[in-house]
Amino acid sequence: MENIAQYILDGRNEDWRVELRKSMKAKERTSIVRVIMPEQDPNVRNKNSVEVNTGITEEMAIAEAHRCLDCPEPTCTTGCPVGINIPAFIKKIETGDFLGAASVIKQTNALPAVCGRVCPQEKQCELNCFYTQKLKKPAIAIGNLERFTADYERNSGKMSIPDVAKANKHKIAVVGSGPAGLAAAGDLAKAGYDVTVFEALHEIGGVLKYGIPEFRLPNDIVDVEIENMRKMGVKFRTDYIVGKTSSFEDLRADGFEAFFVGSGAGLPRFMNIPGENFNGIFSSNEYLTRVNLMKAAHEDYDTPVLMGKNVAVIGGGNTAMDSVRTAKRLGAERAMIIYRRSMEEMPARAEEVHHALDEGIEFLNLHNPIEYFADEKGRVNKMKVQRMELAEPDASGRRRPVPMEGEGAQFDIDVDLVIVAVGVSPNPIVPESLKQLKMTDWGTIVVDKETMQSSIEDVFAGGDIVRGGATVILAMGDGRKAAAGIHKYMMEKVAAN
Amino acid sequence: MNKIIEKEFFSENVAKFVLEAPEIARSRKAGHFVIIRLDEKGERVPLTISDGDPEKGTITLVVQKVGVTSARLLDMNAGDEILDVVGPLGHATHIQNYGTVLCAGGGVGVAPLLPIIKALKEAGNKVISVLAGRTRELIILEDEVAAYSDEVIVMTDDGSYGKKGLVTAGMEEVIQREKVDKAVVIGPAIMMKFGSLTTKKYNISTEVSLNTIMVDGTGMCGACRVSIGGKTKFVCVDGPEFDAFLVDWDEMMMRMGAYRTEEHQAFENYLQTAEISK
Repeated sequence: MENIAQYILDGRNEDWRVELRKSMKAKERTSIVRVIMPEQDPNVRNKNSVEVNTGITEEMAIAEAHRCLDCPEPTCTTGCPVGINIPAFIKKIETGDFLGAASVIKQTNALPAVCGRVCPQEKQCELNCFYTQKLKKPAIAIGNLERFTADYERNSGKMSIPDVAKANKHKIAVVGSGPAGLAAAGDLAKAGYDVTVFEALHEIGGVLKYGIPEFRLPNDIVDVEIENMRKMGVKFRTDYIVGKTSSFEDLRADGFEAFFVGSGAGLPRFMNIPGENFNGIFSSNEYLTRVNLMKAAHEDYDTPVLMGKNVAVIGGGNTAMDSVRTAKRLGAERAMIIYRRSMEEMPARAEEVHHALDEGIEFLNLHNPIEYFADEKGRVNKMKVQRMELAEPDASGRRRPVPMEGEGAQFDIDVDLVIVAVGVSPNPIVPESLKQLKMTDWGTIVVDKETMQSSIEDVFAGGDIVRGGATVILAMGDGRKAAAGIHKYMMEKVAAN
Repeated sequence: MNKIIEKEFFSENVAKFVLEAPEIARSRKAGHFVIIRLDEKGERVPLTISDGDPEKGTITLVVQKVGVTSARLLDMNAGDEILDVVGPLGHATHIQNYGTVLCAGGGVGVAPLLPIIKALKEAGNKVISVLAGRTRELIILEDEVAAYSDEVIVMTDDGSYGKKGLVTAGMEEVIQREKVDKAVVIGPAIMMKFGSLTTKKYNISTEVSLNTIMVDGTGMCGACRVSIGGKTKFVCVDGPEFDAFLVDWDEMMMRMGAYRTEEHQAFENYLQTAEISK
């Protein structure tokens, strides 16, 4: 019980909630079947860039909301990194008050339409749902309901802007406009700060724009959320690299009193195997950036991208799924995932793996690339892979893949495009420009776990630059924590003066 | 938006642009580069900064027509605006008093070399500059280089100006004649490769500035990766300057040709539409 926030417990006792609980017997609620998210036909969608999930209807949302038991101990909320009052918004849906549901979500989540689409709910809220834990039934479709709520509000033309405290004139700089930065900026703006978000690229949104493809998260949706932040008073500067365009010292001189660094894990890892620098071998960051941010597949845009008939994507995470499904959509005849562990250990969101399978993606699990070969022009044309098997669990708790021996343990595959999606390292630009910043051996910034404060008192950090590669929602959770940390720091500073 | 303040043609296909970019002008040092994107549909292209004026808030870029973006930029004029200019990127050149430094620039490579020549001269070095190009009109910034050099040697392939011969001949001449403590070679990849093979013969430590394909320019994509001493490095965040003797030139040139077919096609298309619209 102690993990559940007080505001969540308090809301449960409001009269309308009490009445609503009584309106239907628990047994009736648990006998309703979980909603199924409608989606585009796999053989149609694997040729277009339109969002795969088409969204649930109002009726479906209300029916699904009836399943929720409005538990006395809503354990689902313990799985949410940004602390959404999950039962409160679901019960608002049950009454048909969709706009009310949206305003509940937005109290703690700056990007509901994004999270409803990209959060790994099955490992968070839905994993901790009473249905999953005790009833051994499919969890309440919390993610689908969140997406529905955000979409309903956006399409209603009545989007509410969260209440913003009176402007306090203190300037705060947010470095990076990805999920961590946006979450921090949202909370800081609500608290009355004068927030400027600095972004290195020409578009706001970070990984939401350059990384996650249109078919999973349409850019328009991200833009609407950003527009709302502008309405809350958040300022954005694109083409601005803090540490390069201006130093932290320059910004302090310009009146910025605290910094949130959410500069991300912008340094792709490669495997350092022979032939990895041949043409046609990309990092997933490069491939996705060309296609998503630079719109390389559109005729009228200047940025090129190499196309492939036989495409291999190395890795088993969300980025690998995004890359392989993008390659399929761009016309690959054979689009393969090459992953060194088994389906069970795959870190990608379950829905993405299912969608990929439906779309005709091949999975070569328990395979690892060991060498690439190229034609006379240097374009990759073949790869050697090694079959793997699983041994005892390693430090990550997952069973360790080891090379198999004997005949057939290694073989060649024809490929003309390879996308390496084996993870990222923290971006070095900010640390290099703040020499006294305390870093880990992995190049991540050391912070206090509660306040997200770094070894430099006015610098806070979160997201991949602290975690070294995580999810949108964990980054957002960090951003929120850091915003609270910055607020506390500023209050103490103001009180001391 | 960054306004073009001034444009000056050095030759038919090479022009100098002075751009409004106050923050970059304040922060830049020799060796830094920027990424530009001309308009909404444009690609991101890295260009080394050849000069800057923090007072006026401007930076100078020298551009050669090689593809769609550079051709389009060369068609732009003073008063026009470039949608995105971001930087300064990369590490600044390491500057110290080495003694005598040989600075060799090929073609538009002289533009990024100029601020390095300036900084080396200001650090007390004796600077001998070798400027090379195919023909007379491709020798650029000679006066500016001369202002910060103790000596300037000009080489043209066809002998139309200066001495006839390749950049390496000019470099050899200096090295044969006097003790050279350091060399900086900037230009097309092939010129840097042979320039540094020359200095290697005499074991003169040499820096080169690599101009690979890039997308973001901040370490995010890895398009610019090169092998330096057998290790993969990113030109954008680990460079752009490297120890010339450690660069895998053949791999770098192979990677620079990754989009040759696509680039050629796009350039042809551009030239056709540009012709029609004229």
